[in-house]
Amino acid sequence: MSFVVSASQTTKVPVATSPKRHFGDVAFKYTTTIFAGFVLLLVLLMGFEMYMQAKPTIEKFGWSFLTRTVWDPVQEEYGALPFVFGTLFSSLIALVIALPLSIGIAIFLSEMAPRWLEPPLSFLIELLAGIPSIVYGLWGIFVLVPWIRISLEPLLSRHLDFIPLFRGAPYGYGMLAAGLILSIMVLPIVTSISRDVLKAIPQTQREASLALGATKWESVKLILGDAKSGIFGAVLLGLGRAIGETMAVTMVIGNTPSISISLFDPGYTMASVLANEFTEATTAMYLSALIEIAFLLFGITIIINMLARLLVWSVTKK
Amino acid sequence: MQTELLEQPNTPTILPIETLQVMPMIKMSARNVDAFFGKAQVLHNISLDVPANKVLAIIGPSGCGKSTLVRCLNRMHEVAGGTMAGLVLLDDRDIYKEDAVRIRKRIGMVFQKPNPFPTMSIFDNVAVGLKLNGLATRRNIGEVVERSLKQAALWDEVKDALNKSGVSLSGGQQQRLCIARTLAVSPEVILMDEPASALDPIATAKIEELIHDLKKKYTIVIVTHNMQQAARVSDLTAFLYMGKLIEYDETKKIFTNPSIKQTEDYITGRFG
Repeated sequence: MSFVVSASQTTKVPVATSPKRHFGDVAFKYTTTIFAGFVLLLVLLMGFEMYMQAKPTIEKFGWSFLTRTVWDPVQEEYGALPFVFGTLFSSLIALVIALPLSIGIAIFLSEMAPRWLEPPLSFLIELLAGIPSIVYGLWGIFVLVPWIRISLEPLLSRHLDFIPLFRGAPYGYGMLAAGLILSIMVLPIVTSISRDVLKAIPQTQREASLALGATKWESVKLILGDAKSGIFGAVLLGLGRAIGETMAVTMVIGNTPSISISLFDPGYTMASVLANEFTEATTAMYLSALIEIAFLLFGITIIINMLARLLVWSVTKK
Repeated sequence: MQTELLEQPNTPTILPIETLQVMPMIKMSARNVDAFFGKAQVLHNISLDVPANKVLAIIGPSGCGKSTLVRCLNRMHEVAGGTMAGLVLLDDRDIYKEDAVRIRKRIGMVFQKPNPFPTMSIFDNVAVGLKLNGLATRRNIGEVVERSLKQAALWDEVKDALNKSGVSLSGGQQQRLCIARTLAVSPEVILMDEPASALDPIATAKIEELIHDLKKKYTIVIVTHNMQQAARVSDLTAFLYMGKLIEYDETKKIFTNPSIKQTEDYITGRFG
């Protein structure tokens, strides 16, 4: 094995060992650290401020605020459950619709698409994310909701009314409209992150499976196995987007604080109730209840986004 | 086979008759293979035979088309977006007229960088090919995994840790795991694309030893830019330069008495 050695004997490069560091570098380091720290501080301050402002209802209702279903500003009775339910339910519908589509598109973009087609298609999908939500909302009111009322809901209730999800009067406005509009808004995020995760998997993995005699489909399945946690992260990021979405949802969900399993019934989300009722919150308790809902929403989105980022990083950073 | 070879007067680099008489069974052949990436031609009119149960080493400077040549032999060239012309025969049948998936099951491949599946255990990494090919039954799968790992000289090191992740192994072990994965589907030919270039000398020695054992059962084509390695492991050596096959002969002959000046220059380190 003696012939392997020769090339590695290079001369040592002298390393700067002087203890005095450049002033500019030190200043630069601390300035940027302060800037970065500012973001963290901002988040903590926001949390703290919301907590302080929400104190009256936190003290009055305690944890039961989360489980109460009344929302009666006149009697000063507040409970967040319908809003939490509305937020989670509409987001869940959105994910159920968007997930297969997004992953399908992502697989097409990273594994199947001819090289010339991928950039324009990716661009179009990311463009969807750039459309202001008020535009989605208007489209929802004038196009989606009438279509749901006239075509989709009668069709569903005619054929699927043995499932509780599809029972009730076809209003148009409601969970189904909110879920559909959210699914379109979530699609670009889940798609583009899933695509990035898939593309981060080295080509050698694809070749390994193909060289073993895998078909394209089997090879993609193996790649999906590797990308699992990253794609799950993409889904959580999409969920975070759906949970926080305000305008478009407010415009189509019907804004009624009720809990119903039927997709046809109207609902209310945390973000919508904040947007709708802030101007009317005249009493201290009312305001406090709204801020506590905001605090809840803040907490849920932070946790979901952190989980999602961790999962995506665990894949793409390798 | 011999008559067919003689009928190709314009391909000067087919094995000489004396060599063929000693090892008449030809497992694979390339006939006038040209390979391209887009408009760039990477291989020019390559013809060579790979006798069964022998090790053929393909040597040559970086960029001479060694990897492309082996990738033409199991239809992986097209996976990377390349095109080719000419014939590649496996047991006298044109592999480009058959199903690529089935061909790749018969011609296994080991890559330059060890590439075990990162989310799979050691066991699953070896078993994956069986599962893909529908060869797996609950009974035989453990047997095949054990046999493949033994053949790849890895069994003793991993037998107590089969559930550990494949990427937890060292680089050399990972490469032997990839060899075991390839062996598990019982290929007839094994292509190795610089299988030891990312490994340290000890791991390299193990892989070379392994190649020696494997040629009893398999036909092996190994790409290497390490000439000493070619000299140690192979029976036949093909020297490629600028996409052309310069010389192809018994390894002994190539390294002691090459008939072409360019080969000699490369072997002795005068260029490349």
